[in-house]
Amino acid sequence: MINIKQSKQLSNNIRKHAVTMTSLGGSSHIGSILSIADILAVLYSSVLKYKSDNPKWASRDRFILSKGHAGAGVYAALAESGFMSIDILKTHYQDGSDLSGHVSHKGIPGVELSTGSLGHVLPVAAGMALAAKIDKNKHRVFVLMSDGECDEGSNWEAILFSSHHKLDNLVAIIDRNRLQSIHSTEDTLALEPFADKWRAFGWEVMEVDGHDHDELFIALDKVKTSRNKPLCVISNTIKGKGVSFMEDQTLWHYRSPQGDEYDAAISELEKNDA
Amino acid sequence: MMRDAFLKSLTSLAANDKNVVLLTADLGFGVFEEFESRFPGQYFNVGVAEQNMTGLAAGLSLEGKRVVTYSIANFPILRCLEQIRNDACYHDANITVVASGGGFSYGSLGMSHHATEDLAILRALPNMSVVAPCTAKEAGEAITAMIQGGGVNYLRLDKTVAADSSFESPFVIGKSRRYKEGDDITLIAIGGILDDANIASMELKKLGINARVVGMHSIKPIDKDEIIDAAINTGGIVTIEEHNKDGGLGSAISEICMDNAVMPKKFLRIGLDNMYSSIVGSQQYLRSRYEMDSKAIIKKVLNLLKS
Repeated sequence: MINIKQSKQLSNNIRKHAVTMTSLGGSSHIGSILSIADILAVLYSSVLKYKSDNPKWASRDRFILSKGHAGAGVYAALAESGFMSIDILKTHYQDGSDLSGHVSHKGIPGVELSTGSLGHVLPVAAGMALAAKIDKNKHRVFVLMSDGECDEGSNWEAILFSSHHKLDNLVAIIDRNRLQSIHSTEDTLALEPFADKWRAFGWEVMEVDGHDHDELFIALDKVKTSRNKPLCVISNTIKGKGVSFMEDQTLWHYRSPQGDEYDAAISELEKNDA
Repeated sequence: MMRDAFLKSLTSLAANDKNVVLLTADLGFGVFEEFESRFPGQYFNVGVAEQNMTGLAAGLSLEGKRVVTYSIANFPILRCLEQIRNDACYHDANITVVASGGGFSYGSLGMSHHATEDLAILRALPNMSVVAPCTAKEAGEAITAMIQGGGVNYLRLDKTVAADSSFESPFVIGKSRRYKEGDDITLIAIGGILDDANIASMELKKLGINARVVGMHSIKPIDKDEIIDAAINTGGIVTIEEHNKDGGLGSAISEICMDNAVMPKKFLRIGLDNMYSSIVGSQQYLRSRYEMDSKAIIKKVLNLLKS
């Protein structure tokens, strides 16, 4: 079962860390991080099997952030989940830091794969899922992708491959916030009818509210490795969710919160603390 | 053939280690059928999708597999170069990328199938070995060294080969082999075109010129000691590669000489001159056409020694 209170607090902590990290480092992508904070919280609080004191535990579920630009959110989730000290988050994006703007595995326990160039992860995750099938291992492989990165053809190669090989231990979660770096997904390179595309490629598809922890938990926790199909969970989200003036604004794909904007963002998020 | 020797060694490696996995991007008709039937779970034809193939290889490798990705000419390297860089090299994966058809092996098929920049592009990547065997036997030795040694490797297989030779020392990535002794000039070749260097050296001998011939099967890592020895102890260095000159074998050898402050008495790079070939033909025809076959080597060596 999901502990909603715990999961909600984790998502709020991820949001606060991310606002602070992107402010301190003057880095981009806060909107993209806020968009996935609830998904990360449900995964790390209630879905993924892991041991933070043994990050390479063989039976762990694998999780990979494909939209590497939201890496600060994963670093925050890992620190909150005991993989590393929360103090380290302050070094994000700074000179000499391991915590790169796009998520890196080097020197950071709990990160499976360094990402940042879009369209790389689903193929790698399919390879991991295939290896688990070959070796008869029961763990699952979760990938969190952006909707915009579904422009990349490499993803569709992996989508074909994964259904052909019945990789039902593979889950693609789509952060469907409908905004990419300049315009909306539909004005840039239309994805709709999006769910139908995944279905046509042989995937099982579920659509959820990507900020509703119950809905996310139900979709992600019920991953059975006997459906003979990989699962795509299209999570309808709002970019910038949780900070009202950032919500649904492409501006906050690149802008870093500074001064009054930082204070206002943190103050709004602190109101959600239990 | 290099491909047969490669497959024979790979089959033996796969029989001894169930973690050896072969991925092909839908090439190898009439080649991999036996491998596929003998090793279920160790062979996947992933379809015509090289980016996915390379990503899959990285995922399989991170889970403990030793993966070979296979296709022809430029397909397993250039379409998926970023996957090789980010997903394979940066993650210290155990992946060997095999391209059947180096240089003008598929000469008649046209420019898309001419692999004439691969060595330069791949040797630019950190954490990668780049090997183009000169003989069929070396192709088998190279894949064995790559799978057993691990890491990310590129193996370029030519259609034509130089004759096998017996060596006391085993094949080692990064250690060249001397096919002929001589000190008037040193011919250093990579890949099957070593055959033309061998023929040229025999003809030069009739003219009283003793050419040393070195098969430099590894361009990365490269055999620094052999290059410095040739620069110091012979009359000069001629490099021979079925590849564009920019960034290729001649470039790599120049770098070694300059970095070590040794100046060959004469120096010439034989290869393609910053070009794509719209002309087609057999591998041997195109070597002749672009003046890198044995006849051209003889002519160029004689001119170089006169200069």
